[in-house]
Amino acid sequence: MADLTDLGVKAIRDGVAAGDFSAVEVAEAFNANVAAAGALNAYIVATPEAALDAAKATDAKRARGEDLGMMGGVPIGMKDLFATRGVQTSAASHILEGFLPEYESTVSQNLWDAGAGMLGKLNLDQFAMGSSNETSYFGNVVNPWRRNDGGNAALAPGGSSGGSSAAVAARLCPAATGTDTGGSIRQPAAFTGITGIKPTYGRCSRWGIVAFASSLDQAGPMARDVTDCAIMLEAMAGFDPKDATSLDMPVPQWEAGLSPDMKGKRVGVPREYRMDGMDADVASSWDQGIAWMKDAGAQIVDISLPHTKYALPAYYIVAPAEASSNLARYDGVRYGLRDLPDGAGLQDMYAATRAAGFGAEVKRRILIGTYVLSAGFYEAYYTQAQKVRTLISIDFRNAFESCDVILAPTAPTAAFALGEMTSDPLSMYLNDVFAVPASLAGLPAMSVPAGLNREGLPLGLQVIGNMFDEQGVLNAGLALEQAAGFAAKPDKWW
Amino acid sequence: MSVDTETVARIAALARIKLGDSELDAMVPELNAILGWVEQLGEVDVTGVEPMTAVIPNTLRLRDDVIDADPLTAGGRRDDVLANAPAEEHGFFGVPKVIE
Repeated sequence: MADLTDLGVKAIRDGVAAGDFSAVEVAEAFNANVAAAGALNAYIVATPEAALDAAKATDAKRARGEDLGMMGGVPIGMKDLFATRGVQTSAASHILEGFLPEYESTVSQNLWDAGAGMLGKLNLDQFAMGSSNETSYFGNVVNPWRRNDGGNAALAPGGSSGGSSAAVAARLCPAATGTDTGGSIRQPAAFTGITGIKPTYGRCSRWGIVAFASSLDQAGPMARDVTDCAIMLEAMAGFDPKDATSLDMPVPQWEAGLSPDMKGKRVGVPREYRMDGMDADVASSWDQGIAWMKDAGAQIVDISLPHTKYALPAYYIVAPAEASSNLARYDGVRYGLRDLPDGAGLQDMYAATRAAGFGAEVKRRILIGTYVLSAGFYEAYYTQAQKVRTLISIDFRNAFESCDVILAPTAPTAAFALGEMTSDPLSMYLNDVFAVPASLAGLPAMSVPAGLNREGLPLGLQVIGNMFDEQGVLNAGLALEQAAGFAAKPDKWW
Repeated sequence: MSVDTETVARIAALARIKLGDSELDAMVPELNAILGWVEQLGEVDVTGVEPMTAVIPNTLRLRDDVIDADPLTAGGRRDDVLANAPAEEHGFFGVPKVIE
């Protein structure tokens, strides 16, 4: 039998349903890969028993002739930002270390209901704040890819969903959940040669996801290919009365609707994304993507998103502002860490707990957020940023008058080395320049691997769609995927 | 606008994060770099533009006005609520003395 861990979501689901192999065999194969990949540090907690239990349930259902579900027999990795009942949910922070939720997030419950099982909780940037997975309290995740220069420098897997991206790329799971606040699904997907989609804001319930910036946070799947993403997104999405911003709309049948035919479709190419000093390989991969879209029958349209350069600064006001508010709940009283110095009162306990429990980047963002929301600065910073956000949203609305989807690079570079960017928080923020605008506008967007750069590292192409048009995004992604024929995978060194 | 050590100490106090002197000193230039960069938003003409409140058009719903509408957040869950408390005392969250 072929190595079961080379299979993706669809192949596993269909193979289990057909009886080619059992769900238990699949879970065992992935459990073994997880156990042997400590060097990547992708999982914070492994849950091999949970994966086996779900697999046994699927095999038993099959023996009884029952429906196995959209994800029947597929074991997945769960970003450790989703609350999972009885399993540590840390958001990669010290302040939530040891936290055992009494409840299950809606998205993870939807996946279990669809027949998926859990291999473990995946590492991430602390509270999803970061673009390289270097802010985790539980250590860096290492990208399974290496440059072809023989130097073997340890590379970042992207962030914040860096455990998810590394695990999928290294065959430690066929697919994983991610969350995207300002690129945290797409950028790590691009850095590791995998596929990931952030749906329209509100498609996936935020209930039970540790909150970072509530007006931006959105869950989505990360997997080997577009079809697997379509399947898993369909299983994750759906209206949830427990989330006030959940979309009360039926979930489309994205898997059944997949088509790579781009005839009659207009693909917009935003001129403002072609920036001075752009990485040459990224630029040529984008040009290649445009050519592939043409070959698939699409019409290429030059579009303008005039406020693009203001998206990142607006994001770095809005997201920290919301984070400073959301993270106020960590006070050492109800759950999580408590640091109570001798003789300290309640206020001292709060300050000591939060000093000990939050990492440097989290503190930095809470302070920025507190500052921009403070009396006298609110209008100049926060209100201004929210107005600019409206303009960015209008840019997209205008662009979608003349195109159906937008094609752009996912990230301005391939994976960088661990430690290369940490000395300057601002340069790290700039890595999300192409990802953040779609987040601010709540639009569906996906990254698809396009090829390797001259260093042998994967590059991603990004497709952005109009609100609710995940199908258009997935279909354009499928057209790119078929044209790219990306089959490279990292050489196993771990 | 730029922040000085005193301002950073004040916002850290507002945010209830204890910062040592060296942490404060390191934070000042970092925050100033970020604040200096976001200041470019001031260039944007926002005349007549409403600040965004909802990114995707949606309407706020009200749940049914009934007791225990959601059993997860209804009564009778004291043990669940306290399960992760760092200091649970007699069925309550324990905190240091707040009234002398």
